[in-house]
Amino acid sequence: MSGKVYPIPGGLHPPEHKTESNAKAIIVAPLSAHYVVPLRQHIGQPARALVKAGDSVLKGQMIGAPEGRISAAVHAPTSGRVVAVEARPVAHPSGLPDQCVVIEADGKDTAADMQPIAWRDLPPGELHQRLVNMGLAGQGGAVFPSHVKLATGGTPIETLILNGAECEPWITCDDRLMRERATEIMQGAEIMRHALGAKRILVGIEDNKPEAAQAMQSACEQLKLAAEVTAVPTRYPSGGAKQLTQLLTGLETPSGKISTDIGIQVFNVATAYALQRAVELGEPMLTRVVTITGHVAGPCNIEARLGTPIDELIRLAGGDLAETSGHVIGGPMMGFDLDDTASPLVKSVNCIIAKNQELFPPHPPAMPCIRCGQCALVCPAVLQPFELYWHAKSKNFAKARAYKLFDCIECGCCSHVCPSHIPLVDFYRFAKSEIAADDRAKLAAEGARQRHEFQLLRQEREKKEKAERLGKKASERLDTGAVAADDPEAERKKAILEAAIERARQAKEAVHAKNTESLTPDQQHQIDEIEARRQAAPQDSEQQA
Amino acid sequence: MISAIIVMAVIGLVLGSVLGWAELFYRVAGDPLADKINDILPQTQCGQCGFPGCRPYAEAMAKGEADINRCPPGGEPGIQRLADLLGVEAKPFGEGVAPKPKSVALIDENTCIGCTLCIQACPVDAIVGASKQLHVIVADLCTGCELCLAPCPVDCIHMEVVHETVNNWKWRYPLIPIHQQREAA
Ligand code: SF4
Ligand code: SF4
Ligand code: SF4
Ligand code: SF4
Repeated sequence: MSGKVYPIPGGLHPPEHKTESNAKAIIVAPLSAHYVVPLRQHIGQPARALVKAGDSVLKGQMIGAPEGRISAAVHAPTSGRVVAVEARPVAHPSGLPDQCVVIEADGKDTAADMQPIAWRDLPPGELHQRLVNMGLAGQGGAVFPSHVKLATGGTPIETLILNGAECEPWITCDDRLMRERATEIMQGAEIMRHALGAKRILVGIEDNKPEAAQAMQSACEQLKLAAEVTAVPTRYPSGGAKQLTQLLTGLETPSGKISTDIGIQVFNVATAYALQRAVELGEPMLTRVVTITGHVAGPCNIEARLGTPIDELIRLAGGDLAETSGHVIGGPMMGFDLDDTASPLVKSVNCIIAKNQELFPPHPPAMPCIRCGQCALVCPAVLQPFELYWHAKSKNFAKARAYKLFDCIECGCCSHVCPSHIPLVDFYRFAKSEIAADDRAKLAAEGARQRHEFQLLRQEREKKEKAERLGKKASERLDTGAVAADDPEAERKKAILEAAIERARQAKEAVHAKNTESLTPDQQHQIDEIEARRQAAPQDSEQQA
Repeated sequence: MISAIIVMAVIGLVLGSVLGWAELFYRVAGDPLADKINDILPQTQCGQCGFPGCRPYAEAMAKGEADINRCPPGGEPGIQRLADLLGVEAKPFGEGVAPKPKSVALIDENTCIGCTLCIQACPVDAIVGASKQLHVIVADLCTGCELCLAPCPVDCIHMEVVHETVNNWKWRYPLIPIHQQREAA
């Protein structure tokens, strides 16, 4: 059943820790009393809230609309009442709160009207338009809005790769999903293939998941799909998009490019599953499967609605054992520490690991780099991590960029093997976010410069036009001969001056607002409201004064 | 001897005219150095440097008439970049010049009388509004130059520091715990 596997550089094999959680079937979480749905669960612009406190919502109702090109919608996970739209703690490496819609469930779980999409009738390149409001986002970790990835244009997509590698230790949610719902996943993959106009489907699964590979293989045979399931060696990070692409096709994604540039699109298996539900059932993305493992009583996989508080999920997994020292979101290689377990489950969270001293010993103190080169040997992106570290540490960002910092996939292999225990990836993340902020500042400065220069130009033009107008008016007056005889020169000057004053007065009166002419009723309403508030306000401001 | 002089003279003439032509043909309009400097300046247009905007300051620097440490919005990194470009030593800000945290202006909508004075003051067209209408500052366009504060006759504009959100958050510089290191040693 297995296709050819091509060699890739770097990588390593950390302890797998998969058996803790992969034996039990997926548990479906019961309805919660309340849900906290962040408006930002994806890469790109956060969704714009469509509801306010007091509104009632139905399950599957869109409560946040996508804003801008790269954005995804969010939906109500159950029916109930919106109690607040406010900043709440979320699972984010910064630990900062973010805007969320808080919903109190009414227990009825009434669903909004959901319409399946007749995808077979849609030509390739059109399905993505129907999926814009479905809230689909990649579930492998990058959470890129799926409808954007399904749009065609640019390089034609030849190959669709389904990523079931799940190479990070501890995580088993894709494994369980493939074992239990392979048919739905492959149906989703077929829809993706159709939408992209791709010729073939390649499925990559690490060879430590034979049951999942077997299930996927049978699903392909049963559905009679032109798909090939390939077992790839268990070696982290085989599940990186570029890595899996190279493993399955032998094609290397050039630096600074993405796999679509070489005619390949990669989707996670869980994304294919969510897409199948969206298309065949008309159900937007409301749930996901998440692994709860580590130092908990009953490690398992739970299918829960997005917005479920994480502490509730931990309770479902038997709760934290004694001496739990914290929680990791994602895997041990790329994950981050969770600050507040009241944070909700979001589209990106594939795993929650409870930590203790034994499983996650404290990071040993960092020592100076001894230039041993171990990090370069394991780097899957064939970078020189010690050079990157050097430049990032000394904040020499231009150099870091020149050493291809942005090809780093932050896999953590280098930090893992470093004998000096240097938190290398932390430095790369720091440098990347500094560079990104810098680029944003540059863009803003460029915009400000253009607006300023345009303003100067405008002022210059207005000045010139005014002078011309005045000059013309004045000479007209002179021509009509309303000039006294005694001192022609002085009279002429006076006339010009008067004309100028008159023109200035008229010009002033003529100035009149352009952007208040065609207001929408909405804007007019807003202005009226503010006017009313201002009417009410003077007493206060007088008191202050 | 004479022929040698003639040959040399002709070669000189030919090369000279080629150079002269190249000078005309490849001439760059404007002042390329001032452009490069202007690209580094933050374009806040606040005038804190003592010039009526970023471009005039850039031109003064290009002519060597102004120091590189006069732009507070650019901060220390700005000085460093100017120093790198101009091949001089970076130097700290002078007395009384210091960078402030990034802020944006906000108009108190209850007090604004719609006088349009702030619109005229804003160098980057970040304020929208019209005569006798409430004015609004587009936060994304505002550079925080504070030039609109003074002209407002009813003092309804104030500056608000931009706080950290998930949107503009940056990864911190990793701190390597030195104390631990000492204890371990
Ligand atoms: S593994 Fe660590 S010590 Fe070795 S070269 Fe890389 S950064 Fe330096
Ligand atoms: S984190 Fe980046 S530099 Fe380090 S091994 Fe992974 S890709 Fe290479
Ligand atoms: S101080 Fe800086 S930002 Fe302000 S006008 Fe001068 S150069 Fe521009
Ligand atoms: S709104 Fe005020 S602070 Fe902001 S850029 Fe315009 S003048 Fe400067």
